[in-house]
Amino acid sequence: MADEQTGAPPDGEHGAERNARIGLILFFVYLALYGGFMALSVLKRSVLAEAVAGVNVAILYGVGLIVAALALALVYMVLCREPGDKGPGA
Amino acid sequence: MNYESSRIAVVIFFAFVGSVLGLSFYLGKRAKSAQGYFAAHGQIHWFVNGVAFAGDYLSAASFLGICGMIATSGYDGFLYSIGFLAGWIVALFVIAEPLKSLGKYTFADALDSRFHSRGIKLAAGISALVVSIFYLIPQMSGAGSLITPLLGFDHTVGVLLVGVTVTLIVVTAGMVSTTWVQFIKGSMLVFFCAILTLMILNRGYRTDPGTPEMPFHVFQVRAEGEVAAQEGWTRLPEEGAWKGQPYVRMKEEKTGRITTWKRVDEKFVGQVQAEAPPAGVPMLAEAQTIFIDKDKKKFVNGLPQGKDADLYPVGHIARLPGGKTETGPLGPAEFFSTLDASTVILWSKQTIEDESGKTAVYVQNPTPGHELLLPGGGKFKGLREEGFTWAKVDFLSLMLALFCGTASLPHILIRYYTVKDRAAARKSTIVGIGSIGFFYILTVFLGLGAMTSGTLDFTDYNMSAPLLAKRFGELPFAIISAIAFTTVLGTVSGLIMAASGAVAHDIMANYMGIQMNDTEKVRAGKAVAVVVGIVAMALGIVFKSFNVGFLVGWAFNIAASANLPALVMLLFWKGTTKQGITVSILVGMISSLAWVMVSAETFEGVYGYTKAEAAKATLVPFGQPGIVTIPLGFLVLIVVSLLTRKTGTAAAIKARMDAGATGA
Repeated sequence: MADEQTGAPPDGEHGAERNARIGLILFFVYLALYGGFMALSVLKRSVLAEAVAGVNVAILYGVGLIVAALALALVYMVLCREPGDKGPGA
Repeated sequence: MNYESSRIAVVIFFAFVGSVLGLSFYLGKRAKSAQGYFAAHGQIHWFVNGVAFAGDYLSAASFLGICGMIATSGYDGFLYSIGFLAGWIVALFVIAEPLKSLGKYTFADALDSRFHSRGIKLAAGISALVVSIFYLIPQMSGAGSLITPLLGFDHTVGVLLVGVTVTLIVVTAGMVSTTWVQFIKGSMLVFFCAILTLMILNRGYRTDPGTPEMPFHVFQVRAEGEVAAQEGWTRLPEEGAWKGQPYVRMKEEKTGRITTWKRVDEKFVGQVQAEAPPAGVPMLAEAQTIFIDKDKKKFVNGLPQGKDADLYPVGHIARLPGGKTETGPLGPAEFFSTLDASTVILWSKQTIEDESGKTAVYVQNPTPGHELLLPGGGKFKGLREEGFTWAKVDFLSLMLALFCGTASLPHILIRYYTVKDRAAARKSTIVGIGSIGFFYILTVFLGLGAMTSGTLDFTDYNMSAPLLAKRFGELPFAIISAIAFTTVLGTVSGLIMAASGAVAHDIMANYMGIQMNDTEKVRAGKAVAVVVGIVAMALGIVFKSFNVGFLVGWAFNIAASANLPALVMLLFWKGTTKQGITVSILVGMISSLAWVMVSAETFEGVYGYTKAEAAKATLVPFGQPGIVTIPLGFLVLIVVSLLTRKTGTAAAIKARMDAGATGA
């Protein structure tokens, strides 16, 4: 509820702000990866056709995007500080 | 195609579905309050909730639609997997946590908690309802497709069966039981698809994918002279609508069977066989036909469709690298590199119409494997061209909508409220991303496996995954079908929950101001669930011919256009006003819905136009609205917010309320 934004303990507020900032940074990292894939598909499709270790770049990039999503999510979980973890639930 | 049911498949299927339903009823008995019915008491463990996220998300569309799409257009189907998963990044990094601290039951609550505006309640409630119904259509249609090969029923019967079962589940249970259904089904889906993938890799590729239990009809390419000289066959004259068409038709005198052959050039022959034909010899490739006469009677290859006269299943590799006929077991990398160097037979359709009826001719279409492993191999062919094409815009639009859509889906957002705090919501999401991501990687193997296993039915590609399992025996087929069916049940029940929550809570209680106690609220929710169920069944039947994954893509477009601008701006722009939110939700929803309704795909698939007529009739240059309607939602929100800044922002409302409090 709205009171959580104004009435949270300073510690919790700090943690939430920090988490939000980390989230946005990681979001833009992923956006760059995803945008890169879209740009290659539209502008330089020939790059996607090249083979690296027997498999073409398109497959590697596509699977890479899926793996990257999980990797970034794990990074996020590790970086997030959560004073509310042990506290009472929202 | 017509299918016969197999007893063992049916037994396993019902045992599986029955035990999941039993569990759901058992757990559902424990949830009685409104909080329990709509949000599972906020007490579900994060791991269970995370796998349930996967269960919700890996719907009939992910499983049936993506496999079908990869099986028919290769990498262009895999784009959906990539985009669907990428959407989780938006959900986790941008929306998840702020939202958890804003809301109680639904997406509308979260939007409304700042403003207390009836307009927002109504707009958000309607949008949740529209998106849920649009997302329900492919689930229902997918269920119909699933029932057909398994039990031998018609598509319509399948849709009705699922609709009734699910509506029953929702009415008797609630969020606790749907969470458990999703958990069980989510784990089983990922596990069994992994096993199926191992079976595909272990078998490798074969030019004749048939097995003794399930032989494959190998489609031929022969010299015209040879075909014409077959004993007991006469050549049909090329008259009427067939005049000037590239086909040779032969009729068997004894049975009346008609084989249709397409004239092909040297390039075609070079793609499918190693040795070139002698120069100047006209060559033909075997085709298949479905003729539908004036009375809607169906004839397959000249004979009334039935047990002995039906379409041959398709999907095979014409040439493997090095002239081999089979590869033996393959590693994941070899699986791709081998296909890259092979030629695959896809199928395309041409319609020939005259006074007697309509003939659909399905012809072989040899496609180099390396094209199928790139974006633009199937649906988005325009990506291959230099310079600007509408297909490129369509592609970008799809990728944008999938990216933005996940965070905007009402039935995904509702799951944030079923765990106890932000940390638990975050952990759930990560478990969800892990399971879903792994599954989506498997979809490539399943899809390409289906493309080359000789089991595809080109009148309904949604069945690709279960039919692929059939190649490996009745048991895998029964298990995969049962899981897919439970998938549909789970997803549909989650969606109906979200829709009934939207109507009972947002529209009836909050907007219309109907006073209801807990019991009445639950009763109202259940009544709405029944109505939504019926609407979804009807639409599921109408949209039968569509790939279900494609339909889900549309639902994502609508969800993203209606909900994302409001969500993002509410969380990140202080100047957002209640009028801005209300108008952006309505404009985003209506514009994307209208776009979909006048697109070429709808003209062809729903209104029954031919491809050429649809291309002419359509009012929009490409099918995916997101690239236009999502920015439109943002724009409208900003403009309206700026115009109504004085009265509509949260700060202004708070100031007014404070002033009121002082005055009193």
